Amino acid sequence: MLAKRVIPCLDVKDNRVVKGINFLNLRDAGDPVELGARYSDEGADELVFLDITATIRSNKTIVELVEKVAENVFIPFTVGGGITRADEIGLLLRSGADKCSINTAAVQNPQLLAESAERFGNQCVVLAIDAKRTEPDKKNWHVTIKAGSEPTDIDAIEWAVKAQTLGAGEILLTSMDADGTKAGYDIELTAAVADAVDIPVIASGGAGTLESLADVLEYGKADAVLAASIFHYEQYSIREVKEYLAERNIPVRL
Amino acid sequence: MVVVIDYGVGNVRSVTNALRHIGCDVKVSCERGDIEKADGIILPGVGACGYAMKVLGPLAEVIRDVAAGGKPLLGICLGFQLLFDESFEHGEHKGLGLIRGRVVRIPVGTTEAGGKLTIPHMGWNLVKLSEQMLLFSGLGREKYFPFANSYYAEVTDDEAIVAYTRYGIDMAASVQKGNIFGCQFHPEKGAADGLSILRNFERICKKTVN
Repeated sequence: MLAKRVIPCLDVKDNRVVKGINFLNLRDAGDPVELGARYSDEGADELVFLDITATIRSNKTIVELVEKVAENVFIPFTVGGGITRADEIGLLLRSGADKCSINTAAVQNPQLLAESAERFGNQCVVLAIDAKRTEPDKKNWHVTIKAGSEPTDIDAIEWAVKAQTLGAGEILLTSMDADGTKAGYDIELTAAVADAVDIPVIASGGAGTLESLADVLEYGKADAVLAASIFHYEQYSIREVKEYLAERNIPVRL
Repeated sequence: MVVVIDYGVGNVRSVTNALRHIGCDVKVSCERGDIEKADGIILPGVGACGYAMKVLGPLAEVIRDVAAGGKPLLGICLGFQLLFDESFEHGEHKGLGLIRGRVVRIPVGTTEAGGKLTIPHMGWNLVKLSEQMLLFSGLGREKYFPFANSYYAEVTDDEAIVAYTRYGIDMAASVQKGNIFGCQFHPEKGAADGLSILRNFERICKKTVN
C-alpha cells in the first residue's frame, strides 16, 4: 500500500528559512540545514527546499546550501526556485537534490518540461503551480507566476493537464488564497487538479489543523500534503500529524 | 572500499551522502581500475534506460566482467533496471543482462482503496521482505521504502530471489542473484531502514573480500 506523504517545506531566503502569509510578510523560521536534518530524522516522507528569491541559477551560495542540507537528509529531496534551464536541474541533482520543481520558467517555456523529462526522467520533474481563484465563490483558478507577483489568464487545471503531457512527473499545487493562513487547504482546487491528471498531486497552502491535512488527502484526493508553518513553529510534530492521519484510516509510514 | 559508478546519470550525490553518513569508505569513479579494485560497486541512476546504456558505453563490459568475477554489485532504481536483459522505456533497449527479465511500463489500474493509480509510482510503499535476502538482514518482515518509477521489472530468472511491493499489481522491489543485488526503490533515501540496507551491502562487500 502506497503511503500518503507528509512533506515539510523550507522556503529559503538569504540562507534562512522564512514563512509569510499569502506570500507576503516574511518572518524567520530557522536554519535550513538544521531543520532539514530534523525533519528527515523525525519521519517526514520528503523535504522540499524552495529558494523564494528565485536565484538558484545565478547563485553559487544557494547551490552550496542545497549541498549542505542534502548531506543530512535521507529522504527524497526536492529543490526549486528560479530554475530556467535543464542544465540547472543536472547541477542540482549532482548537488544532492532528487527532484526539481519548476514554476515560472515552465509557464514561459513549456518545452523546458519536455526537455528536462527526456534528460532526467519525468520522476524528477515537479511542476509547481501557484493558483489563485478568479472569484471567491467560483471554481475557477488562474496560474500566478514570479512567486505570486504576476497573474496570468492561464487556467490552472488545463495547465496541469498540459504539463503532464509534456513530461511533468508530479504537481506541487499551492493555493495562493490559502497560503500561510492556516485556514485549511483549497480542497476544491486540489480535487479538480487530481481528477484531471494521472500524476501525483502534492497539496500546498493553508495547512492548519490536523483535520485540514486529513481532509485534503481524503476529499481533495491529494497524494501528499505539504506544510511549513505548523512544523517550523512546532504546532505539530510530523509524528502527531501521521498518527492523526492513521486514525482517519489514511495510509501513512509511521 | 565501495565504488559508486558515476556515469553522469542522476543523483550520485544522494548515494555518496548516505554511504559517508554510515561511515562507509566510498569512492565516486568511472575508471576501470577503480571498479576492478573495489570491494563492491554501486550502480545508481535516474532517468531512462536507453540513454543510460549509451552513456555507460564501455563501462557496461567492465561491470559485467567484475560481476562475473563475484564482486558484489548493487543496482539502485535505474541501476536496478539496467541489471535485466531489456527495457521497453522509449523504444527497446538492451540492458546488462545479468538477471533474466524485462522492464516494462506500470499498467494503468486502481489502488487497493479503489482510487486512481497515479504514475510515476511515487512515494513510500510497503515492501514484503524475504529473510533469505542479505540486504534486508535485521529489518523484519515488511518495511516502507521510497519509490520513484514509471517502469518496473518483470523478473523471469529462476535463480533470483525477489521481494515484492504492491502497486495495482505485485512488482519487484528488490532482487538478489548470487553477488548481484538490486533495489527498485532508493535505499539512500529510505531513512533509517534504507541506511540499514546500505550497511548490509557494505558488510556483504567486506565478507566477500575476506
